[in-house]
Amino acid sequence: MTQVIPVFKREFFSYFRSPVAYVFLVVFLMASTILTFFVGDWFDSNIASLDRFFYFHPWLFLFLIPAAGMRLWSEEKRTGTVELLFTLPITTLEAVVGKYLAAWAFLCVAIALTFPMALTAGYLGDPDWGVILASYLGSMLMAGSYLGICSLTSAFTKNQVISFVISLIVCLVLLFLGWSVFSEVLEGTLPQSLADLIANFSFFTHFDPFTKGIIDPSDIVYFLSLTGFTLFLNVLVLER
Amino acid sequence: MIEVKGLTKTYGSKRAVNGVSFTVQRGDILGFLGPNGAGKSTTMKMITGFLRPTAGTAIVDGHDVTQEPVAVKRKIGYLPESAPAYPEMTVQEFLTFIAETRGYRGHTRLAPVDRAIRLTHLDGVRHQTIETLSKGFKQRVGFAQALLHDPAVLILDEPTDGLDPNQKNEVRALIKEMATEKAVVLSTHILEEVGAICNRIILISAGRVVVDETPAEFQARQPGARLDEIFANLTQSDV
Repeated sequence: MTQVIPVFKREFFSYFRSPVAYVFLVVFLMASTILTFFVGDWFDSNIASLDRFFYFHPWLFLFLIPAAGMRLWSEEKRTGTVELLFTLPITTLEAVVGKYLAAWAFLCVAIALTFPMALTAGYLGDPDWGVILASYLGSMLMAGSYLGICSLTSAFTKNQVISFVISLIVCLVLLFLGWSVFSEVLEGTLPQSLADLIANFSFFTHFDPFTKGIIDPSDIVYFLSLTGFTLFLNVLVLER
Repeated sequence: MIEVKGLTKTYGSKRAVNGVSFTVQRGDILGFLGPNGAGKSTTMKMITGFLRPTAGTAIVDGHDVTQEPVAVKRKIGYLPESAPAYPEMTVQEFLTFIAETRGYRGHTRLAPVDRAIRLTHLDGVRHQTIETLSKGFKQRVGFAQALLHDPAVLILDEPTDGLDPNQKNEVRALIKEMATEKAVVLSTHILEEVGAICNRIILISAGRVVVDETPAEFQARQPGARLDEIFANLTQSDV
């Protein structure tokens, strides 16, 4: 697996060699802050917590992570570099893992750069730092799962727009399964156990505990296994 | 060095490559000829392990490409058609990446990168991003990438495509010079090129090998005729 390193390095720095990284970072940081202050009425809440900041993450990721992930394989296919990559002595698994980790590391950088929000909460009041750290962990894990889906869908096509739209739809479905509005409808029509089971597949269900400061191993397992599964399918699709 | 045995590739009901077999020895420069769509690139993609053959296999320096693809990829330097490269990287960054994937880590990666840049005369554009390069330079970057690890086997898909006449001669001279201790397979549309550098010709038409001989024997098929006339006669079925 040592071949993961050059693939990772190349992919990670490629974000910063093009405007993609800067546009993404600016949009992500602005959108997350604006949503927190104006839609989430953070000041009016008068609570020193980042609850309202993290509340918007699943929705933000829905649009932004497909935008960051759509190029992963589509771009390689479109420019023909996929032929170069797969005639170098690298296995498909190493290439998939290397590229995925690079994109994930980039997303983690973006998430970590929201630290002024935490500093602001710390300046204005006395937030529970444990909850904030747990929320950051949850947010990064969730971003990883979104990205796994995007990496997989981008392997199907050389068209980035198609890749973006399909990623968005798949992620949207995974979100809606656990969205309170939708799950209430489910609970009304389906048996409770079945409704719970369906809601269990959602990002919301597993992200929520993190924002309350609860790090439940089962939630971590959910995000990691979803990521692992999508990457496994990713390898299969590329080897087809 | 290369032993191709009954390579076949089908797409749906269409047979792109149909039972292609040949061998290439060290010191050989094999010219791969054929009309567009005859299966030249597909055959090369199967030998380099990019495409999985429907049937048959290729053995490169003792490694079967269907069994040990990574071992085969280590032995081969491959220039894909139209020399794909990551456009946002500089020549130096790109070749350093290739060196790292070829197992040169730390400071050992400098020497092969420098050597490849020197051989392909890329010094002047070393720190330019690949997207800003002309077609000829891009082609040379692809060539540099292929010979970076001094491979025993070179597979070049249209290596002189897009080069001006001087650059073509230069690339041919380079291929000739390197071929003494390597096995080289190159595809081309330029028949004169085959006469100039190859010591063997393989002509494929509609996915099959129709000719496998030396350039002299090829010429002897129709003494006095131009190479393109012989080519046209042999590939009529394809037109």
